[in-house]
Amino acid sequence: MAKILLEMKNITKTFPGVKALDNVNLQVEEGEIHALVGENGAGKSTLMNVLSGIYSYGTYEGDIIYNSEVCKFNDIKDSENKGIVIIHQELALIPYMTIAENMFLGNERGAKFKINWTETGSLARHYLDTVGLKDSTQTLIKDIGVGKQQLVEIAKALSKNAKLLILDEPTSSLNESDSKALLDLLLRLKKEQNLTSIIITHKLNEVSYVADKITVIRDGSTIETLVKGVDDFSEPRIIKGMVGRELSNRFPGREPHIGEVMMEVKDWNVYHPLYSDRKVVKNVSMNVRRGEVVGISGLMGAGRTELAMSIFGKSYGENITGTLKINGKAVNLNTVQDAIKHKLAYVTEDRKGNGLILTNPIKINTTLANLDAVSKNTVIDKDKEYAVAVDYKNKLKTKCPTVEQNVGNLSGGNQQKVLLAKWMFADPDILILDEPTRGIDVGAKYEIYCIINQLVAEGKSVIMISSELPEVLGMCDRVYVMNEGRMVGELDGKEATQEKIMTYILQSSGNKEV
Amino acid sequence: MKNDSVLGFIKKNTMILVLILVVAFFSWQTGGKILYPMNVSSLISQNAYVFILATGMLLCILTGGNIDLSVGSVVCFVGAIGAILMVNVGLPAWVVVIIMFVIGTLIGAFQGFWIAYVRIPPFIVTLAGMLVFRGLSNVVLNGLTVSIKGKTSFVNLFGGGADCYIHDIFGNGKLNLTCLFGGLLAVTIYVVLQFTTRIKRKSKNYDVEPLWMFLVKTIGIVAVVMGFAYKLAQHKGVPTVLIWVLVVVLVYGYITNNTTVGRYFYAVGGNEKATKLSGIDTNKVYFIAYTNMGFLAALAGMVTIARLTSAQPTYGQNYEMDAIGSCFIGGASAYGGTGTVPGVIVGAVLMGVINLGMSLMGVDANMQKVVKGAVLLAAVIFDVVSKRGGKFVVKN
Repeated sequence: MAKILLEMKNITKTFPGVKALDNVNLQVEEGEIHALVGENGAGKSTLMNVLSGIYSYGTYEGDIIYNSEVCKFNDIKDSENKGIVIIHQELALIPYMTIAENMFLGNERGAKFKINWTETGSLARHYLDTVGLKDSTQTLIKDIGVGKQQLVEIAKALSKNAKLLILDEPTSSLNESDSKALLDLLLRLKKEQNLTSIIITHKLNEVSYVADKITVIRDGSTIETLVKGVDDFSEPRIIKGMVGRELSNRFPGREPHIGEVMMEVKDWNVYHPLYSDRKVVKNVSMNVRRGEVVGISGLMGAGRTELAMSIFGKSYGENITGTLKINGKAVNLNTVQDAIKHKLAYVTEDRKGNGLILTNPIKINTTLANLDAVSKNTVIDKDKEYAVAVDYKNKLKTKCPTVEQNVGNLSGGNQQKVLLAKWMFADPDILILDEPTRGIDVGAKYEIYCIINQLVAEGKSVIMISSELPEVLGMCDRVYVMNEGRMVGELDGKEATQEKIMTYILQSSGNKEV
Repeated sequence: MKNDSVLGFIKKNTMILVLILVVAFFSWQTGGKILYPMNVSSLISQNAYVFILATGMLLCILTGGNIDLSVGSVVCFVGAIGAILMVNVGLPAWVVVIIMFVIGTLIGAFQGFWIAYVRIPPFIVTLAGMLVFRGLSNVVLNGLTVSIKGKTSFVNLFGGGADCYIHDIFGNGKLNLTCLFGGLLAVTIYVVLQFTTRIKRKSKNYDVEPLWMFLVKTIGIVAVVMGFAYKLAQHKGVPTVLIWVLVVVLVYGYITNNTTVGRYFYAVGGNEKATKLSGIDTNKVYFIAYTNMGFLAALAGMVTIARLTSAQPTYGQNYEMDAIGSCFIGGASAYGGTGTVPGVIVGAVLMGVINLGMSLMGVDANMQKVVKGAVLLAAVIFDVVSKRGGKFVVKN
């Protein structure tokens, strides 16, 4: 047996309010390709961030043993010196620099104050040849495609003498032939240079293609490690490991009272705002009825947020086409103002970035989307504003000393409640909730579910985008499954299962649109 | 608990405490000269333009730390046009005032358009404006000085010339009684308003600040206003320009604190994306901030030419820096989203006191710049570090 290159022992990492990793163990042998699989939020990326020193030594518990020595990385530089190189899902290349400049950024060749461009160029050439990229080293990054950029990242990693390469979703934005080329490169590097890699991916067909071992992570713990040739590598087997958890009573029940169609989307197409030839949402049709909770399930990057935001006053995307009907009438919502006027609300997944003003108090955040309701002739009635904020604080059981408190000081769950309060105060008929329970603890989740139930009981419609399958199954009357910009399945809430949803997603992965 | 609130009170009012210390320091160094009625009066007339411009600048800074570098040049350009229209064309003062306001606002709207709708960085747009309007001032004035000494109604209205004070309607005592009564009236209105809101809020069970804090604040403000009024009464009374400053401060203080538009400035600076997704037209917010800046620059232009009773191509230089400096010293965040009109006024007064005090002490003008620069840097360092929770150096 080859020697153990890396061992992560009993790694535990807590963020305020959430235990992201709980006693995780991982063993990687030299010269193997080790796949890490699990649902969104299972803790894969956190684990790799611990390994690469992004979370420095001391902020987590447990040991990292690499090359039979215990490592205490303070930052990413420390881990790179040991030969551990991470390539993130979002590539860290600078568009207006050449390939060669990017490869040696922060690792420049030559004397301290004088870069040796000849050496830079020839070394860059050497590593580009290794990864099989024929472009000139002087090409600007912005002029090559994502697939080639991914190869540049790998060449860059090799130039740092990488012994252990970590790839976070390397193929998520690649098409099938580019993906295949990348995976073949990994296999070749393994054979020729005995390079060890850890690959994080959602595409299970790729896993069975390249991996020697598969470790399944679920809810911050390692569940099992499957070995090629010993264990079953089939997709259903892996899926079972990923989702196999019992559904206990984590969801409040409700009596469905489903009425007429409130909103209908037909043949909806959206293009990327920067890369105008990239279609992000492809021919999507869907609807939601009065009093109904409709789930949109899918992996990260499936285009769910983009779909929701493009419906919400075209706040995302370019060249949006398709018809949108609200209450049976075709409408054209060009701005967020229009959308709010048509009683639509979008509660963002990114509450800190897109949802709340963290430096402002709860009361100001609560009324922001509907200031007119607390003002007269543009003068704000501050007493009324205060009363509204207190009212919602009590209704949603937000835990805070007063509504004068800045939102930035609240926990994630309470921030989410303020965000919900803000949109409930805008008095919408249709609410799109994007990952409404991301990053909040179980107790707060239950309370959010109760709020959702109350909203539909009042005759409102809720569209819930969620990456957590149990939540989708526990809460939704109907589930849409979205993958790579398309709706790939629709299930009744009663007949939906985790396996069915995962199968829809995985079967449609990589099947490129004609 | 009590200690906490005292500490919070000090933290909230740091600049006021600094101001008190600075005044005390200069009283000691100048043998009390800085508190002579004449000097108190000139503190206002000399710095009127700073108060006006800083109020406008605050709105720009609120939107995200954006500044307007062109205000000094716009002040000069609008002033130049006004002087030419009055002297060479001979238009009546009221017509000229309207034209000046219109031109200033149009300039602001022009710059605001590029900033808000085309999203050219404000620094670039207003740097260009600074050059353009400085140049145009020279062109309009032909490089010469135009005196408006003869236009007494205009000059007096905007706080220049010898007779730029509100007349005492109560005969000719040594003290200007009108001024004292004005101060008394203002103080009474203030106190009544403060108490009624407090009682109203208390009856509805809302949070109110502790009683001692409330009393310290109210009594402090009453004392300062009455002291001020008394000093002015000992000199010649209320300078007319103070009325303009008060109107600007009260109106903009109200707008930023109590209206939806005011709220939008803070929201955009706090989190533009969230504001946009809340259905607020953020482009319009930027546009209003810069258009308004042009409007207030026009007013500052009137004040400037009136005080100097002429227009010259060099007027208004570095005015933008005075305004920007006052905002940051007065607690506006360099990232936007926080800052208040009263805070900015405290900042402007602090700068004014430092200027005046050093002049009285006979400090060299160049050293005065050094001190002002140091104060500005210290204020912003304080703001940034305290917001970061006291961490001085950021981890790489």
